[in-house]
Amino acid sequence: MEYFLQQLINGVTLGAIYGLIAIGYTMVYGIIGMINFAHGEIFMIGAFVALISFLILGPSGGAMIPIALLVVLLIAMSLTAVYGWALERIAYRPLRGSPRLAALISAIGMSIVLQNYVQLSQGARVKTLQPVIEGGFQLMKAGNFTVVLSYMQIIIVVVTVSLMAAFWGVITKTALGRAQRACEQDRTMAALLGIDVDRTISITFVLGASLAAVAGMMVTLYYGVIDFYVGFLAGIKAFTAAVLGGIGSIPGAMLGGMLIGLIEAFWSGYFSIEYKDVAAFSILVLVLVFRPSGLLGRPEVEKV
Amino acid sequence: MATQRQDWFATLKESAITAAVAGVLMLPMIGLYTSTRAGGLAVGTRWIELAAGVFLVFLGRLALIRIQNGDRLAPILGGLLVIATGFYLPLPNGLLTVCCIAGGAIIVLRSVFVWGNSQLQASANQNDNPTIAARVQPFLKKYGPWIGAAVIAFAIAFPWLPFADRRLIDLATLVLIYVMLGWGLNIVVGLAGLLDLGYVAFYAIGAYSFALLSSNYDLSFWACLPVAAMLAAFLGILLGFPVLRLRGDYLAIVTLGFGEMIRIILINWVEFTKGPDGISGIPKPTLFGLSFSRRPSEGTESFHQFFDIPYASVDRIIFLFYVALGLALLTNAFILRIRKLPIGRAWEALREDEIACRSLGLNPTNVKLSAFALGAMFGGLAGAVFAARQSFISPESFTFIESAIILAVVVLGGMGSQVGVAIAAILLIGLPEWFRELQDYRMLAFGALMVAIMVWRPKGILSFREPTLRLHEPDGKVGK
Repeated sequence: MEYFLQQLINGVTLGAIYGLIAIGYTMVYGIIGMINFAHGEIFMIGAFVALISFLILGPSGGAMIPIALLVVLLIAMSLTAVYGWALERIAYRPLRGSPRLAALISAIGMSIVLQNYVQLSQGARVKTLQPVIEGGFQLMKAGNFTVVLSYMQIIIVVVTVSLMAAFWGVITKTALGRAQRACEQDRTMAALLGIDVDRTISITFVLGASLAAVAGMMVTLYYGVIDFYVGFLAGIKAFTAAVLGGIGSIPGAMLGGMLIGLIEAFWSGYFSIEYKDVAAFSILVLVLVFRPSGLLGRPEVEKV
Repeated sequence: MATQRQDWFATLKESAITAAVAGVLMLPMIGLYTSTRAGGLAVGTRWIELAAGVFLVFLGRLALIRIQNGDRLAPILGGLLVIATGFYLPLPNGLLTVCCIAGGAIIVLRSVFVWGNSQLQASANQNDNPTIAARVQPFLKKYGPWIGAAVIAFAIAFPWLPFADRRLIDLATLVLIYVMLGWGLNIVVGLAGLLDLGYVAFYAIGAYSFALLSSNYDLSFWACLPVAAMLAAFLGILLGFPVLRLRGDYLAIVTLGFGEMIRIILINWVEFTKGPDGISGIPKPTLFGLSFSRRPSEGTESFHQFFDIPYASVDRIIFLFYVALGLALLTNAFILRIRKLPIGRAWEALREDEIACRSLGLNPTNVKLSAFALGAMFGGLAGAVFAARQSFISPESFTFIESAIILAVVVLGGMGSQVGVAIAAILLIGLPEWFRELQDYRMLAFGALMVAIMVWRPKGILSFREPTLRLHEPDGKVGK
C-alpha cells in the first residue's frame, strides 16, 4: 500500500511534466496537422535556459530563492518562446501547403540541428545541479519504508495544474483561443473571416514552447540532471501521450500525459525499470487498436 | 532613386530584426556556457562568439533578401568572402569557422541556384511544371536506358578506377546499403503511402539475425541472408497486423515506438544479444566458399590461394562492395517489376484513395501487409550486409536517427522515384561521411541540409512520379 502510494505520487509528478510537453504537440497538430518533431528539443532548450539562468541568479538569491525561481521561470519561458517562434518561422512556415511529409522531414532536420547545436555550444557532458528545494512531507511510515511527498513534487503538480487551467481558459474564453479553434477547424475559412492565420499559428508555437520550457525547468529542478539528449526521449513520450489522449485534443493531452507517467512509474516500481518504455508503447498500441483515434480524440471522418 | 533607397532601408531593417532575434536566441546558448568546476557548475561568457554569430546572421539575411530581389553577383562575392574569412582567419573557435564556411557556401549555392532557375524559366516561359524532373523527363525518356546502363557500368568499374581507394570503396558500400534501405522504405512510404518511422527495426533485425546465426551456429553469410530477410519480413507482418487500421500519424508514432522497443529489447536482453556491448567478430561473406582472409582456417581455401594471386586486403572490401551492388541491383529490378504487377498497382492505388480501392474489391489489409513485409525484407537484407561490412554491431547503430536518415533519403529523393532515392543517398550519406574530419559538425550540417532542401525543394530532388498507368496519352490517344 505504502509502496503503491509512493509510485502513485511519482507517477503523477512525471505525468504532469509529460502533460505539459504533450500540450505543445497536440496544439500544433490540431492547428496545422503536422508532428512538430522538434518540440522535444524545445523542451530541452527550455531546461538549459532554466539551468543557466538559475546558475546566474541562484547564488545571489540567498533567502530569495522563491523569487529567483520565479524570475528563472519567466526567463526560461520567454527565451524558449522565441525559439519556438523562430522554429516555426524558419522551418515550417515556408512549407505551408506542401506535402505533409516534407514538413515532417523539415521538423526532424530541425530537431537534429537543435540537438547538435546545444551539444556543440554547451558540451556533451551531463550537467548536474545541486538540489534546490529539498525535503518534503512524510505521509506514511511502514517499517523502514517512508512515503515521501517532496516539496518539489507539490510545486510541479501545482504549477502544472494552474498553468493548464490558465491555458484552458485562454483556449476557451479569449479571442485568441477562438481564433485558434477556428484555424483548427478550417484555415481558409478562418482567413476569410479576418483571422491572421500566420499570426495565430506563431502564437500557438510560442505558447507550446513556453509550456515546454516550464516542463524543462521542472525536470531540471526535480532530477537535477540534464544533457543535450533529454529532449528526444521526453519528446517521444510526450508525443505518445498526446496520441494516446487523442491528438488535437487538449484535455486528451493532459490525460495521456498522466497515463504515460503512471504507467511508467508503476511499471518501473513493480516490474522492471529497463522495460518501462516498452510498456508505455505497448499500452499505446493496445489503446490505438481498440480506439484508433485515441482516448478523447474525435474519430476521423472519411470523406470520399 | 528614392524607392531604391527605401528598398535598401527596408532590407537593412529586416536584416537587423533577424539579427536581433538571432541574438536573443544565441544569448543563452552561445553567449553563455556552463562548465563543471569544483563545487558544481559555473557559467562563463563568450561575447565575441555571440557578436560574430549575430553579425553572420545579419549578413546571411541581407544576402538572402538581395538574392530574392534579383541580385546575384554581390551575394556570391560576399559568400565567397565569408568562406575565405572562415578558411584563413584564426577564429576563436571551430564552430564559428564552420558557420562561416557553411553559411557562405549556402549563400553562394542559393544564389547560383536561383540564378539558374530564373534563366531556365526565362528560356522556357511556357513551362507550367518547372521542376527539375519535368525538365529532364523528355531527355530521360530518350536516353534513360543508356544512362541506366552507364551508371551500372560505372558502379561495376568503380573499384578499379584510379581514384578509388580503400576508404572510398568502403564508403560506396555504405551508400549502397542506404540506397537499398531507401528503396525498401520507398515501398512502404512512397508507394503504399504509409508513414513508417521505425524502419530501423527491420534493419536491426536483419543485422542481428545474421550476427547471431553466424556466431551461434557458424552459418555463412549466404545462408543467413535469406533467413535475415525472411525474419525481417515476418516481423513486418507481425507489426503490421495490429497497426494497419491506424491512419497517418497514428501509424507514424506506433512504428516509431516499435523501432524504439526493438532497440530497448536489444539493449536489455543481454543473454541473447549481448546487450549494449554488441556482437563482434561477424564473419565476412565468402565467394563460393572462398574466404578473403590471409590465412584461411583449416580445410578451406582463400580467394588469393585459389586464384594464385598475391594477397591484398582490399580484395575483401571490393568483394563486399560487389555483394552490396548486386543486392541493390536485385532490389531495384524487383521493385521495378513488382510495380507493374497487380500488387504494385494496388499499393499506389491505395496511396491515392483507400475508399475507392475498397469499393473496387481490394483488401486494404492484405495490400498494406504486403507492402510492409516487402519493405521490411529489403531492410533485413541491407541489415545483413551492414553487419558484414562492420563485423561489429551494437544497438547504438539502430537508433531513431537512423530511421530519420532513411526517411530523409526517401523524401529528399522525391517519394516513389528510384533514381531520386539513389541520388539522395549519395548526397546524404556519401558527402557527410566524406567530411569525416568535421566529425563534430557533421550532424549539425546534416540536419541543416535536411531543412534547407525541404524548404527550398519541398517535393524532393527528383519530384516527378511517372504515372504507372495512363489512360489517355497527352496527345489524346488512348493508352498503350
